[in-house]
Amino acid sequence: MKKMTYGEAIREGMRIRMLEDENVCIFGEDVGAFGGCFGVTAGLFDEFGDKRVRDTPISEGVIIGCAVGSAATGLRPIAELMFIDFLTVGMDQLVNQAAKMRYMFGGNISVPMVVRLPGGGGVSAAAQHSQSLEAWLTHVPGLKVVYPSTPQDALGLMLSAIDDEDPVMFVEHKAMYGMKGDVDDVIVPIKLGVGDIKRAGTDVTVVATGKMVHDALKAAAKLEQEGISVEVIDPRTLYPLDKQMIFNSIEKTTRVVIATEEVKRGSFAGELAAMISEACFFNLDAPIKRVNALDTPIPFAPNLENFVLPNDVDIYNAVKEVMA
Amino acid sequence: MKLDKAIIKDMYIRMKRIREFETKAMNLFAEGAIPGFVHLYLGEEAVATGVCQALNDADYITSTHRGHGHIIAKGGDLKYMMAELYGKETGYCKGKGGSMHIADATKGILGANGIVGAGHNLAVGAGFSAQYRGTDQVCVCFFGDASTNQGTFHESMNLASIWKLPVIFVCENNGYGISMSQARHQAIKDIADRGTAYGIPGISVDGNDVIAVHEAAVEAVKRARNGQGPTLIECKTYRQRGHFEGDAGKYKPTEEQEMWMKKDPMPRIEKYMRDSDLFTAEELADLQDSVVKEIAEAIEFANASAYPELSSAVKDIYFDIVEEVRSR
Repeated sequence: MKKMTYGEAIREGMRIRMLEDENVCIFGEDVGAFGGCFGVTAGLFDEFGDKRVRDTPISEGVIIGCAVGSAATGLRPIAELMFIDFLTVGMDQLVNQAAKMRYMFGGNISVPMVVRLPGGGGVSAAAQHSQSLEAWLTHVPGLKVVYPSTPQDALGLMLSAIDDEDPVMFVEHKAMYGMKGDVDDVIVPIKLGVGDIKRAGTDVTVVATGKMVHDALKAAAKLEQEGISVEVIDPRTLYPLDKQMIFNSIEKTTRVVIATEEVKRGSFAGELAAMISEACFFNLDAPIKRVNALDTPIPFAPNLENFVLPNDVDIYNAVKEVMA
Repeated sequence: MKLDKAIIKDMYIRMKRIREFETKAMNLFAEGAIPGFVHLYLGEEAVATGVCQALNDADYITSTHRGHGHIIAKGGDLKYMMAELYGKETGYCKGKGGSMHIADATKGILGANGIVGAGHNLAVGAGFSAQYRGTDQVCVCFFGDASTNQGTFHESMNLASIWKLPVIFVCENNGYGISMSQARHQAIKDIADRGTAYGIPGISVDGNDVIAVHEAAVEAVKRARNGQGPTLIECKTYRQRGHFEGDAGKYKPTEEQEMWMKKDPMPRIEKYMRDSDLFTAEELADLQDSVVKEIAEAIEFANASAYPELSSAVKDIYFDIVEEVRSR
């Protein structure tokens, strides 16, 4: 067992595959000698050189488009977008190209690429650098969407993301890059579509993603002192989704809270709620409760941002509500 | 440039295949045998042919919504193409793509594309891949005049230039972006001028002269294979039909149409073949007959093929996941 930060774990996942496979490469804005906006690729340029760890101009469209074209012709590129918010500039390349190629070409072309997408708020980066846009991605058949919450998961999921034959959107929470956690000495890929029970419990299920997993665990610890046993499930990949793990948990607890950092309107949390109500309605002893950001752009001022984003107290309150 | 008889013959067959395929597709669409939309390449045959004759099977192309010509010129199978236009399970894409989405990885055809300007980015990716893997492959990016107003054009030209990628940007300036004439959609006449902004050599050629196109392509491919980077070739041509079948093209002035019909690439190459004394009238007629027969066989194949099984709708989205079906 060793300690590693979330950012280091992502880097280690990329590094392992780059050592094994010459066709794995990284490109994006300032990912080279500069080491990436959040330092995630630091050191890789020195280790692998500018052929394999390559700076691009500020051109998000062609960063993603180049990944699609090179993935379709034999490479396994990892494209870094500096912020998930910049997806808007490269959305055609993802939605109409990467996601559609296998299908509209009848299975004749594979697009094995990874796009790294630092998302989430909490660092006073304001409205254009703090969003949680994963629902845009899960809405698109053809894309896979990964969102790790721990260093161990980040490493194992990165290995699987690179190994995958389809385009994988690797969402990372920027406020977690420095977060340390245990990582097993024996490194194994984590299969996409397998969730993880981060804390076992019997009274209420909390399904949480990304940084909200940690808020859920904090709330669960407090609730335990009040005699409420919370099961925290981290799906880890939003598509493919481990529905069965969620449904099994709800069958046991009969109550569920869904916690994501997205704005509530049109969120992936809404999809989870709909899915659960279709499959588990008669098992539920209370209405499904969602904990999300307010339906606003993310504000700059720390007190405003803190107010808009969901936290452990919101989860605590939601659990109390479904237990009432 | 003096060309071998074999090359001219090969180019003529490709052009004739496109002309015949498109003419039949036009009629079949009008009869209702082909669903959806078709964007015909009639009048632009010399561009795809002149360029693709300069390529190998291993080289890549990206295409557009008006893609039939590119795919035929790059060696696409006529039967699988026609079956795809019909939406049959034997089609290139098992009936999931249709006219605008035909690809053939074995021939380096990275797909026709329904999004104007999307091919630019993909071509840069394929060029990057070839350079990265150390092969001598090149990628040709076919696109229309109007797509040079998309941001993807700028991003791709810039990246191809700074990375010296083996990409040949081939602009088919057919005079129109849907109904908007070039004079209305951009303030320049020669799109080749746009190369200057990126340090990419730009050249304008008569796009209805297959030999001129071929000459420019050979030079550009040589540069790309030698690591000298991208070239922009503007081929001035004309879309003889509307944007899609069903568009009567009323915005195209009659005099303009008449002027361009006089420059139709098919009679021009045929005249060249006869005048050069390389081909007898009989040889030419034989070539024509064999192409007509090939297309007739392709139509027969498409007609005889079945529509796809409904269960196939949820396959090929991912390599390892089949989505749920509804019972109906």
